[in-house]
Order: sequence, then structure tokens, then C-alpha cells
Amino acid sequence: MALLRKRAAMFSAIRFFFAERGVLEIETPSLCNAVGTDPNLDFFDSRLRLPGSHVQNPMYLQTSPEFSMKRLLAAGSGSIYQICKAFRNGEVGRYHNPEFTILEWYRVGFSLYDLIDEIDVLLQQILGDSLSSKLTDHLSYTSVFSRFCGLDPIQADISAFVDCAVRNDFSEAIEICAGRRTLWQEFLFSHLVQPNLGMVGLTFVDRYPASQAALARLCPDNPQLVDRFEVFYQGVELANGFYELRDVEEQERRFDQELQQRKLERKFVPAKDDRFLSALKAGLPECVGVAVGLDRILMLATGVDSIEDVLPFSISRA
Amino acid sequence: MAKFSTNEFKGGLKVMLDGDPCSIIENEFVKPGKGQAFSRVKFRNLKTGRVIERTFKSGESIEGADVIETEMQYLYNDGEFWHFMVQDTFEQFSADATAVEDALKWIKDQDVCTVTLWNGTPLSVTPPNFVELVIVETDPGIRGDTSSGGGKPATLETGAVVRVPLFVQTGEQIKVDSRTGEYVSRVKG
Repeated sequence: MALLRKRAAMFSAIRFFFAERGVLEIETPSLCNAVGTDPNLDFFDSRLRLPGSHVQNPMYLQTSPEFSMKRLLAAGSGSIYQICKAFRNGEVGRYHNPEFTILEWYRVGFSLYDLIDEIDVLLQQILGDSLSSKLTDHLSYTSVFSRFCGLDPIQADISAFVDCAVRNDFSEAIEICAGRRTLWQEFLFSHLVQPNLGMVGLTFVDRYPASQAALARLCPDNPQLVDRFEVFYQGVELANGFYELRDVEEQERRFDQELQQRKLERKFVPAKDDRFLSALKAGLPECVGVAVGLDRILMLATGVDSIEDVLPFSISRA
Repeated sequence: MAKFSTNEFKGGLKVMLDGDPCSIIENEFVKPGKGQAFSRVKFRNLKTGRVIERTFKSGESIEGADVIETEMQYLYNDGEFWHFMVQDTFEQFSADATAVEDALKWIKDQDVCTVTLWNGTPLSVTPPNFVELVIVETDPGIRGDTSSGGGKPATLETGAVVRVPLFVQTGEQIKVDSRTGEYVSRVKG
């Protein structure tokens, strides 16, 4: 019960935060016609039957509200936020529940660093004394990777990644990652870098490799990097944000690449989200956005061990 | 032997890793935001007792190990093997010195132990949590002598040496926690 009260207090605090700043709260559908193309995400699907019809149309539970919210932004909504459920099949663990709560917001006209500051203020407010320190670190992906792995993730040869794995007793990575740089980056980051991030206070890591771009724009000063950042505390990822990609051709190219990857991995190949692409074509304003995992924030604020402890009914009891 | 995939990994599952039977201690789901999912697993090597950590791609599978734990009564030893019997079936098993290593100092005839079998052969023997053993040698323990922290060493019938309170004497039977090697109490009667 105390947990339910803490959860409610967190939602209140968030709503007050955005009301003060004039950011509009909106709601977009959980059930959608189209879904993302990320090869590492597994969707929940369902069927829509219209009244009087026997035809069943496939619908999907959203893995994130991003596409719907960008359609609103393209339609002129201005800065918006949403607290909603996201659904990712196959993700269960200490920090994962297949159904989880995201706080996602977009700021039109903000720079990436304006948004980062705003996130810092909000998280400091919600987490308060749970943070060991109010000092926030701002580091680049390349610098943290170099520090903890001893190599430049963008420039180094695959052999350097292999050496790092062997040195750190992760020889199994050689077979898992083979010659794939992105997989090597993900493996070493999750095993060697991430556990060391945010040990004292919040840590923001920015300028991710272009191969891990998601929907972020390329860095204007370096096309090998993207304006994407993540927020960490005590080795746990709390948020993921970007300077949003507005170039519809680049976006479609990334979708095509991901669909190709899904095909290679014999995974289900969904149709691209045409409505989202149309919105991009119509024009997304210059904006930045972020998604925060509220369950994990609550875990930190209450000092519990597992995401199950912050959910009234986790997946095994739903 | 059946194969188990990472989503079936949980504490206590017995699997083969690098040719050795291992027991899974913990399975952590690791997923970088928008990246490949991994399973970071902690194993206890049942042969060497060491703890190992290994990462698997989510969905990978490994071979199960034919490992079972059975209660057996300790019968006797002939210097080379220690003989145990399953009380219900009278089936006998012989465990070698390596398998009984940790249990040796606690077990006496007729004690019921947990024997871990791998492919039908004893891999390790765990004594009962509490054992009752007779003290074969200890100092009389002069009352008031607290210079040694209020306890004295005592040698038990199995050869184990345990710290006991000063008032306990040679010939008495005491209860010991085999997991910690600590004196628990005197055995009445």
C-alpha cells in the first residue's frame, strides 16, 4: 500500500512539473496499426474486428508512444508529454516487465542540452535523497567506452574488441559477436561500461555511434555519431532521448535496414508505419524528446531490488 | 540429455558447461536499451566448487546435466571408497576421496547424507546440517580462564576440531552445525 502511495505521489509530482512549464499532457493509442522495425524488439499483437465484420485486422501493442506523439508534433501540438504503458514481449528480468510505464516528452525548439537540464531537474526532484549525490556527470559514449574498455568504439579494429573481451574474461563474446561491430559495442558497453555508470550521481552519456541511432539525428559535426543520450544511475539505464530525426528519407532508409535485419534473423517483418512517415513528410518541428522508465525510477526512489516490487501485479501475477 | 534455453534457466537447474556439470545460481536478463538481449548467468561448478559467470545470447541453449541429489545412509569406508546406501531400495554407491572431502570430518556410520550423483556416480557428499559427535580429547578448562575468549578447542571422534565452551568435557557428546563448524549444544542423555 505504501508503494501505491509512492507511485501516486510520483505521478502527481510529474504532472505538477509539466503544468508549471506549460507542457501539454496527451494520450495516444496503446493499440496501433503499425509497429516499429527494431530487430531487437518483439511485439504483442492482437486482432481488430469491426462491428458486423468477420475480417480480423492485425493490431499491435505499442513498444513506445514515439510514432504517435511525433504525428501530433507534426500536426502542431507544441511541447507534449505522456505517461503511458509500453509493451515489449520477451523482456522479463530484475529491471524488465513486458508491460511497463514510460514518461515520454518532447520539447519543440529546445536544444539537446536544454532537455538534458530539464531531465536532470525532474529526476533530482523525484529521486531526492535516493541519489548519493546531486552532482550530475555529462560524458560522451566514446569517452566512457575508452575509459572502461581501453579502445575507441568507432575507430578500433575488431581485434581490439576481442582483446578487451579476453582480458576481461568474456571470451564467449567472440562467438556471440563475431565480426559485428555494433554487437561488440553493445556487449562490451553492457558488461564493462554500464555497470560503472552513475555510481555517484546521475550520468548522462551522449553522442552514440550512428549504428545505434534509433530515431536520433546525425550529429551535425560528425556523421559517425548521433545526438542520442541515455541516463544512468548505479549501472541502471533510466532514460533514452534524442534530438529527433526530421529527414524522412534517412528515417525510411533506417527502417528498411532494420526490416532487412529482421528478415535475415528470420523474424516477423512488419509493414513500415506509413502514417508516421507521412507525418514526417508533412514536417516534424525541430524538437528533442526523451523516454523515462518510471518503474525503474520508483525502484530507485524506494530502494527495492526488483521491478516486481514496484508493480502491484508483475507479469507472473497479472 | 535435454537442452535448456536461456529462458528456462533458473536457480538449481543442472547443466553442462565446458564439460563439467554445473548448477545455475542466478540468471540475469541484460538488455541494453534498443540492443541485443543477453543472459548473464552465474554457475557453480559441481566438480570444482568454483563459481563461474558466463554470458549467453537470449535464446541460446545448452545441454542439461544428469545430476540428482539423493539421501543416502553412510555405511563404512575401506580407505579407498566411502560406501553409501539408499535406505528404501538398498542400492549402494561408492564415493571416492574427492567426493567425500568436505563431509569426512563430520560423518559417522549410519548418518544420513545428501549425495549428489552425476551420471549415476557420486560427485559430492553433503553431511546432515547438524551432527552429534563425541569429544575424544579436550583440556579440562579451568573455570574463570577467559584469556582465550571463553572457549577451548576439542577434538571429535571424526577428527574434526571444534571450539567448545569451557564446561564441556572429554567423553561428552555435542551437537555441531556442519555448515559452519560451530558448537551448538551438548546432547542430553
